Amino acid sequence: MTTTPSTFTRPELICPAGTPAGLRAAIEAGADAVYCGLQNATNARNFPGLNFSVKELTEAVAYANARNAKVLLAINTFPPAGKFDLWKDAIDTAARLGLHAVIVADIGVAAYAARTYPELRVHLSVQAGASSPEAIRYYCEEFGVKRVVLPRILTVTEIADIHRQIPCEIETFIFGNIGMMAEGRCSLTNYITGISTNMDGVCSPAADVRYEETADGTLTTRLGGVMIDRFGCNESAGYPTICKGRYTCAGKSEPYYAFEEPLTLNLSSLLPDLMRAGVTALKIEGRQRSRAYVKAVVSAYRKAVDDIMAGREVALDSLIALTEGSKESQGAFRSKTWR
Amino acid sequence: MRALPIPLMLVQPILATIGSRVASGRPELFERLGHHAQKCFVIDPIDLPFVLALRPVPEAPKLTAHRRSDLPAHDACIAGSFINLFDMIDGALDGDALFFSRDLRITGDIEAAVALRNALDDLDGSIFDDVGTAFGPFSKPAALAIAGLRSLRGRSRS
Repeated sequence: MTTTPSTFTRPELICPAGTPAGLRAAIEAGADAVYCGLQNATNARNFPGLNFSVKELTEAVAYANARNAKVLLAINTFPPAGKFDLWKDAIDTAARLGLHAVIVADIGVAAYAARTYPELRVHLSVQAGASSPEAIRYYCEEFGVKRVVLPRILTVTEIADIHRQIPCEIETFIFGNIGMMAEGRCSLTNYITGISTNMDGVCSPAADVRYEETADGTLTTRLGGVMIDRFGCNESAGYPTICKGRYTCAGKSEPYYAFEEPLTLNLSSLLPDLMRAGVTALKIEGRQRSRAYVKAVVSAYRKAVDDIMAGREVALDSLIALTEGSKESQGAFRSKTWR
Repeated sequence: MRALPIPLMLVQPILATIGSRVASGRPELFERLGHHAQKCFVIDPIDLPFVLALRPVPEAPKLTAHRRSDLPAHDACIAGSFINLFDMIDGALDGDALFFSRDLRITGDIEAAVALRNALDDLDGSIFDDVGTAFGPFSKPAALAIAGLRSLRGRSRS
């Protein structure tokens, strides 16, 4: 792939960190910015043993500042009635610690941030599901949003079209969860477990997950007692989420991936197109993943972006070993008919 | 990798030293585990003739070896080849990727297993390097053994 660097603005590489060690790994691997969450329901990766205490976040900001990297705080869940104080505290913490930006989804949280801390940079989370110029402009006008993280349902052509019609920056996912559900609206986990992905911050809570493997190597995954999938001994597995299960459906003779398949978004070959479309920031998903994942993926994309900017041939290291289901896809970014 | 049976009584003092070294050197591990620190984890290197039982209680963590025929009561079990488990704990392999490729099996209390994975992953550097220095005159051979294991990295999966 050859490129024409003069037509591009250098995009930021936005990388995940589930732990302080993950944050340091991301920055050492070349992240321009790292996004993370607090150890509570204010972020959409509220998993056991994951995320940052206020003390750890304080140290992370100092570490990043010393290396010219930015730290963004994901406060991207929706406060249930009567529990808004936890989200206010998260915004207060971000402002007090001098984080580069907060990534919010809820309009109440966005309003609190915008009115209480006018200098605090607000990014609109993918969880807000803002996919039209009209919706994005509303967030910009009402809450001073500086950047929108676009849902993973748009083609590159559509992204370019949106870019021409909005007053803020665009961030798109380039690697990780394919996120094909209506983002911020998914209630599948809630339906099965009573715990909300969007308000509790947990998709498929680990406490409700069970794996059973028989002597012949067949693996059965269950969430809240409901069987999601059964993998043969030579089949790759995916996350135990309802949206990636196989189900018997009308018109299908075999159990079928009715929602989406377990696979990973990988837009390495679309990077120049995304940059040409006006994307300001390229986001890698995976705060729940290890520092080994962070190091490998961030390093590969750091090199790819630098190669593009320098007009060099891009040869991204293979990341297939890190993909869900050992499969990768360009999802809707290439075409709406990808399935 | 196939190993000859090892008398467990020879392994237990080494494991006890590892447990106390981690407790004194990496207290942040226990903070991140939260209430899961009270649980028992079986770590099963499927190509070795014994399994490890970890009770990461902050005041007195215990790491012991057991025959598969004599498993202790436990909350969660994490099983994989020795080299994959070594690389994952060493921060060189991604646990989710090992699960996707079916090279890692997790059963029992998945929340506890996820908490342990995340707590171990937050340890900068290598926990093996830490414990390698805990063996006095044997620290150098321990370091050589760790280096030897790292040199195997990737070969077992190629």
